[in-house]
Amino acid sequence: MTEIVFIGLGLHDEMGISLRGLEEIKTADTVFIELYTNLLPNFSTENFQKISGKTLTSVSRKELEEEGGQKILRAAETGKAVLLVPGDPLIATTHIALRLEAEKKRIKTHIIHGASIISAVEGLSGLHNYKFGKSVTVPFPENFSETPYEVITQNRKLELHTLCLLDIQVEKKRCLSIKESLESLLKIEEKNKKRIITMKTLGVGIARAGSKNPIVKADFLENLLNYDFGAPPYSVIFPGKLHFMEAEALIVLAGAPKKVMEMAK
Amino acid sequence: MGRYKQIEEIVKLMNSPEMIRNTSIIAHVDHGKTTLSDSLLAAAGIISEQTAGQKLFLDSWELEQKRQMTVFASNISLTHTFQEKDYLINLIDTPGHIDFSGAVTRSLRAVDGALVVVDAVEGPMTQTETVLMQALRERVQPILFINKVDRLIKEIKLTPEEIQRKFAKIILRINTLIEKYAPPEHKKDWQVKVEDGRVAFGSALHKWGLNLQHMKAKGLSFKDIIDAYTGEPEEVGAKIDALSKKAPLYEPILDMFCEHLPNPLQAQPYRQSQIWPGEADSPVGKGMAKVDPNGSLLMCITTIEVDPHSGVVAIGRLFSGTVEKGKTVQLVTSHQKGTIQQVYMSMATDRVIVDNIPAGNIAALSGLPSVHVGETVAEEGVKTQPFEGLKYVSDPVVTVAVEPEDVKDLPLFDKVMHKLTIEDPNLHFKINKESGEFLLSGMGELHLEVTAYRMQEAALKVKISKPIVIYRETITDNYKGPAIMGKSPNKHNKLWVTLEKLPEEVIEAIRAGKISEMQTREERQKTLKQFGWPTDDARSVVAIEGTNILVNRIKGRQYVEEILDHVKSGFREAVYTSVLAKEPAYGLKVNLEDVTVHEDPVHRGPAQILPMTWRPIWCSFLLSDPKLLEPIISFECKVPNQFVSNVIAIVQKRRGRILDMVNEEDMVVVKAEMPVAESFGLADELRSSTQGRAFWATQFSRWAPVPESIQVDIIKQIRERRGLSPTPPRAQEFYEEA
Repeated sequence: MTEIVFIGLGLHDEMGISLRGLEEIKTADTVFIELYTNLLPNFSTENFQKISGKTLTSVSRKELEEEGGQKILRAAETGKAVLLVPGDPLIATTHIALRLEAEKKRIKTHIIHGASIISAVEGLSGLHNYKFGKSVTVPFPENFSETPYEVITQNRKLELHTLCLLDIQVEKKRCLSIKESLESLLKIEEKNKKRIITMKTLGVGIARAGSKNPIVKADFLENLLNYDFGAPPYSVIFPGKLHFMEAEALIVLAGAPKKVMEMAK
Repeated sequence: MGRYKQIEEIVKLMNSPEMIRNTSIIAHVDHGKTTLSDSLLAAAGIISEQTAGQKLFLDSWELEQKRQMTVFASNISLTHTFQEKDYLINLIDTPGHIDFSGAVTRSLRAVDGALVVVDAVEGPMTQTETVLMQALRERVQPILFINKVDRLIKEIKLTPEEIQRKFAKIILRINTLIEKYAPPEHKKDWQVKVEDGRVAFGSALHKWGLNLQHMKAKGLSFKDIIDAYTGEPEEVGAKIDALSKKAPLYEPILDMFCEHLPNPLQAQPYRQSQIWPGEADSPVGKGMAKVDPNGSLLMCITTIEVDPHSGVVAIGRLFSGTVEKGKTVQLVTSHQKGTIQQVYMSMATDRVIVDNIPAGNIAALSGLPSVHVGETVAEEGVKTQPFEGLKYVSDPVVTVAVEPEDVKDLPLFDKVMHKLTIEDPNLHFKINKESGEFLLSGMGELHLEVTAYRMQEAALKVKISKPIVIYRETITDNYKGPAIMGKSPNKHNKLWVTLEKLPEEVIEAIRAGKISEMQTREERQKTLKQFGWPTDDARSVVAIEGTNILVNRIKGRQYVEEILDHVKSGFREAVYTSVLAKEPAYGLKVNLEDVTVHEDPVHRGPAQILPMTWRPIWCSFLLSDPKLLEPIISFECKVPNQFVSNVIAIVQKRRGRILDMVNEEDMVVVKAEMPVAESFGLADELRSSTQGRAFWATQFSRWAPVPESIQVDIIKQIRERRGLSPTPPRAQEFYEEA
């Protein structure tokens, strides 16, 4: 049986995988795991191996990208291969390349979904899913880009929210902090002066989505900049026009200042 | 002390540009330039007359004395009285060996006139001609000194008539070069003639010299000179001593400097357009034309020295304005500011602190730590054009791996390498990231030997590998298929490129600094259009690395600006370590044709964009009939008849080719060329097979394809040395399916 099953590990730790995912692992011949596209802060490989009864083979960015996932494709040619991916497996756009390559080689592919930050932020903040525009990643300063600012600008014009994912380098245990991401956007504002990101702009910072102790904090940037969010991973939302239910949710769930009620319609 | 009086006199003269002569002495290696400089110094009272001719004052390193050869330029100032007026002569010494010709070109920028020294027996050689050509291109006016006349008399025993015929031949050759390379308006009036006193002759070793005026004034004839060399050794010694008293060498030479070479007021107006691209009627331009000490500051840095007391000292020619202690200046090409800590005038091995130095002089400045050779120093806040890029004639062609003998010396090693590379821009130092080796590249075996010696002088013991030749990689047949596409490793970005071979004249223009990244886009566009480039391409050059150009033809695609810096870095890496053997690419034109960029910035970082750029460049490179190029040196050797066959045998054994052989009396001039790879140890072999009677020189000539029969082997050797698989990758390995 030649196939690759992409299984989402969900958020935060080894308990995020679905029962269906676990069942698929038990019948697999080889189990690969990649842990570089996202940070699973409390994931214990040892514990996971105990639960699933399988040994995990870690694959690096180099093996998946530069070498095109040959290692997984070879394993799939003779049996059932599983690739474990943090979050929902194909939210990390990287893996579509491997999926297409497998299908071209007549290797079947399946997906077992997992919880993703894309849906978690809505649950945590109370913002409505249908009002989100394009999402964007804020990169580390050495890979500076104005695209996040442009995406927020475009979404704002359409009165939509923007989800900003913050860059990570799991290999180096490095996460862009909420403060750093805001400073990076304020720097672009200083240059472009479109008054899109200012000290008076409302933002929502989210830390450790999917864990037992997530933090959701909505405030104006002047305050948000100095808020202590604790350990990673992080994301930031820049709300567009707020529905009154959204404004209420931000006040109740995310400690937003009462003033945001006036911004709602 | 006479010396301090000298300095006061010099300071006074610095303020009278009509009394200043900025000059240089240029010559073939070993034609006696340094010996001559010492005689001139003796005249200035800086060293005693008795030691001149033996002490080689300008050659301050022990090494140079041992080699009897000046290695690096050294500057001095001296005064001379001519027709009852005092003159200030700034003398920039230049090395004669072509391995260091970068220093020659830089010295020439600082001077208005040059004394060409030619060995009477050997005549003008390759070196003389190359350096004279460089001088004329910088609009430096030449005069001539025929040296070693004693050898014509003692060794070849020529009659007065024969001596004059010999002189006439040398003068004719020099004038032919002047006719060819002088600026059009000076092709005639710069010709050197015996009659007007622009030609002197003598013996620098025996400290005598004459020109027609001095012969007449002193009542001396060729017969008198021949007489001086006739008789018993002791008698000859006394007669020559008398001759050097009656006709001291410095008199005609220094007189010629004063009478026949231009002062800055005369020279700067006609040199301006050649050496400085700014507007003639801008404030800076006017200051330069008038040599105005109150004008807007303009100085060209031609030498950098690092010394333990003053740190980095920048030496150069001041064309306009005044430099003084505490003045804040701008460094034009590096867009920086600096404050002058001290102002010095140079006196051979010494530097003397002075309050200020006005336009028209050579000045040395400390306190500008980030300054580099070729930098333009200008008035703070005044928009000023930098001097043109200095034109170097040679590429680095040889590399050695160096390491300190004792690991504990690493900090010292670091410091010494920093000093050496700042002082000598033809020296390239690099750490190989993969092997951790320290690699030092230079212009020849000798250049690196001298550098190694300078390390020893700094009390640094180093181990040096055998020299390794630097190759180039190029294409010979443009791949005519559709643009080659490369994907980023995550497969979310695509880039299409095409590749062409640049014509030789464009490569030459890049090497000469006429096409560079330092230019404005408009200047570069103008130059490229003169080479027949279409406007779109000429306008869209985004990077130049080595002799390779990157053209961005992409239009109307999103996010191109955001990835362009990474694409440029990818291009630089791809051509700096090309694909055959990781040697630099030569003369490639890489066109970016189209691109698709991922929406999100983290999916188009350098880890994605760099490989996306290398791969299609290397793929199309491998599809375009790639060739390895090796450096070829030209070799000229003057040798007595009986040894000619030995020299020919040496050339042929070293994969060389004889280009020409000319008989001159009982000598033969052999002109040949050979690959640098076969030139190691040439000096020793020539010496032993000609009993030391060969006069010879080499210089970088060109890059030529390695013969087909050995290309595979050489590529294999280089790759194995670098720890790569023995055969280069195939194009398919970089090819992506759409």
